[in-house]
Amino acid sequence: MLFLQHLLNGLLAGAYYLLIALGLSLIFSLGGIVNLAHGAFYAIGAYLAVSIGHRLGFTAAVLVSPLIVGLFGVAIERLLFRRFYKADPALSLLLTFGLAMVAEQTLRMVFGAPPLSWSIPQELRGQVFIGDFVYPRYRLLLLAVAVACVAGLWYLLQRTPFGRVVRAGVQNPDMVGALGISLEPYMAAIAFLGIGLAGLAGVMLAPIFTIHPAMGAEIITSAFVVVVIGGLGSFWGVVLAALVVGLTKGVVTAAGYSQYSEAAIYLLMLLVLLVRPRGLFGDRIQRFE
Amino acid sequence: MSVPIDTRRRTVVAGAAAAVAVGFPALIRAQSDLIRIGHLTPRTGFLGPLGEFAVQAADMAVAEINAAGGVNGRKIELLKEDSVNPQTASTKAERMIERDKVACIIGEISSASALTISQVAERTRTLFINTGANSDELRGKGCKKFMFHIESQNSMYVKTCGRSLMAQGLVKGKKWFSLTADYAFGHDLLRVAKRFMSGNGGDFAADKLVPTDTTDFSPLLLEIRNARPDLVISNLAGNQVTNFLKQYSEFGLAFPVAGFGFDTALAWAAGKGNFLGTWPVVWHHLIDTPATKAFVAEFSKRYGRPPENQAWGDYNAVKLTAQAMMETKSTDSLKLVEHFEKGAKFGLMKTRDGYFRKADHQMMHEMYTVQALPAAQVRNAWDIFSSSAPVPGAGESLEAIASTAEENECRMA
Repeated sequence: MLFLQHLLNGLLAGAYYLLIALGLSLIFSLGGIVNLAHGAFYAIGAYLAVSIGHRLGFTAAVLVSPLIVGLFGVAIERLLFRRFYKADPALSLLLTFGLAMVAEQTLRMVFGAPPLSWSIPQELRGQVFIGDFVYPRYRLLLLAVAVACVAGLWYLLQRTPFGRVVRAGVQNPDMVGALGISLEPYMAAIAFLGIGLAGLAGVMLAPIFTIHPAMGAEIITSAFVVVVIGGLGSFWGVVLAALVVGLTKGVVTAAGYSQYSEAAIYLLMLLVLLVRPRGLFGDRIQRFE
Repeated sequence: MSVPIDTRRRTVVAGAAAAVAVGFPALIRAQSDLIRIGHLTPRTGFLGPLGEFAVQAADMAVAEINAAGGVNGRKIELLKEDSVNPQTASTKAERMIERDKVACIIGEISSASALTISQVAERTRTLFINTGANSDELRGKGCKKFMFHIESQNSMYVKTCGRSLMAQGLVKGKKWFSLTADYAFGHDLLRVAKRFMSGNGGDFAADKLVPTDTTDFSPLLLEIRNARPDLVISNLAGNQVTNFLKQYSEFGLAFPVAGFGFDTALAWAAGKGNFLGTWPVVWHHLIDTPATKAFVAEFSKRYGRPPENQAWGDYNAVKLTAQAMMETKSTDSLKLVEHFEKGAKFGLMKTRDGYFRKADHQMMHEMYTVQALPAAQVRNAWDIFSSSAPVPGAGESLEAIASTAEENECRMA
């Protein structure tokens, strides 16, 4: 019974990686930029949630903060990312690594190093009991938000003209250009969505995690593992990988080895890469071959 | 093109030369006038949140000392660095001692880094005052002639909190579920906690090691719920404590909670309604003494929030070092060590003066347990707990809560 609870909990834990990993995967697939600063936007989302939440309440914080983070994303894309789409990937790595450090230190300078206090609002506290299984209501809400985001993003990418251009851009940007479609606005839109999602994750996790300047660094590596396991350019690959990573952590913890749960996901990544170097559902992307 | 660049370069060189000519005598004079103290503490990573209090408090102590005329007529200059990790800490300690010629090193929070700094300090015969590392090993197997501890050792934390737990009937015949930070400090604390537990008739339902970067405690909370312990014990450190408290109340578990390692900033971050349980602390901002009140008022005025226990450690370490330098009229590490070992007394903002115990250089002083206030009684973001009377009590020896020689033997070279 306890084992079953750990399995379920592990799957639910996958939901938070998902919010971070989807944006990471989108930006990487379309622009070829490995955004090491993605975790920083997650942290900025959490800090914004506290700042806005103290004045306007929890709901306003949840609605407004991701939009602001998304706009940050657009600004960064316009001013910085766009200069690196055709450059050596090592350069964009350096750029985003530096960006992550600047963001973390800026948070430290503005808000101080000690963690901020922020809680689940009273109406969302409490637990849901299903037989012997008990789970906090807030985490179920978190799951619902993650599912809604995945569904929305899937619809946008697979069922709209916007999505068709983005998917074509992932496969062959030159051909898209030859057809007279400029990818520039699409890049900006993807940065808004991807980075906004990281901000949303920060807002949603702020009430249950410690809010401190380096919180982005804590979550970014797990999110990368999800992207790598899932495979580039694959929407469902990332979704599945997030669940598998969450599950792996859950199972290892259930077996009594919670101190190895982090190592376990890297081992998983290694195994997946040995068998499928492109990740579970990685597309064959022409320009990366 | 090359001409103007050349000219400009020459101007720069000339300017630099002039600056050197003018500035050099001042620099030399300044050096002999200043007493340099090295301050090393983690400012990033999972202990970074506490490091900021340490740095602010050390700055404040130095400013006060200098405003009052300095030490033996010389001003103090504080060299501050982020100690990052044990390797970097020892490299930076070495650089401060060899290159910057600091009189002593003050600081640290991580037990692992304090150990590497103490090795450098011992080798170079430089005083090191540990302000935040708790492990008993630093006062036992790893004790050093040149290392002193104003921070209490794990044994003192466990015995202080243990008294409260015994009074609440949570020890004898009870089952504990403990979560322990998976590094030097946690391992040491778990060892001390187990000794206390078995010595007082308790038992462990389970003890789990938790990596220092763990953010999601949900799997552990499921385990705790299933084990139905009589008491949940936190041997966690840094941000782990805040994460744990927030999620413990999220899961709505009702088992009593206590901890053997605690920092006020982590409770503040957990916040009203999430902070719960019984915790030991070396000092807190609600202690009712004039010195504490003055310190809290001045710190709050400067930095816009009350000081936490780490601020107390670094502030008092700087102050007592300056006091010892004045009492010995020297900045020589060996003289200071001898002075401390003779049992020099220091006011520590508590009801009784403290002194370094000769056997292991541990500060003998009062401690407290704090108890989280129910949410309805909390009036502001800072005053979220009530405090016990000082431990040990007024009639007891200050050594009553410290480790005994059998528990933690120190043999200094």
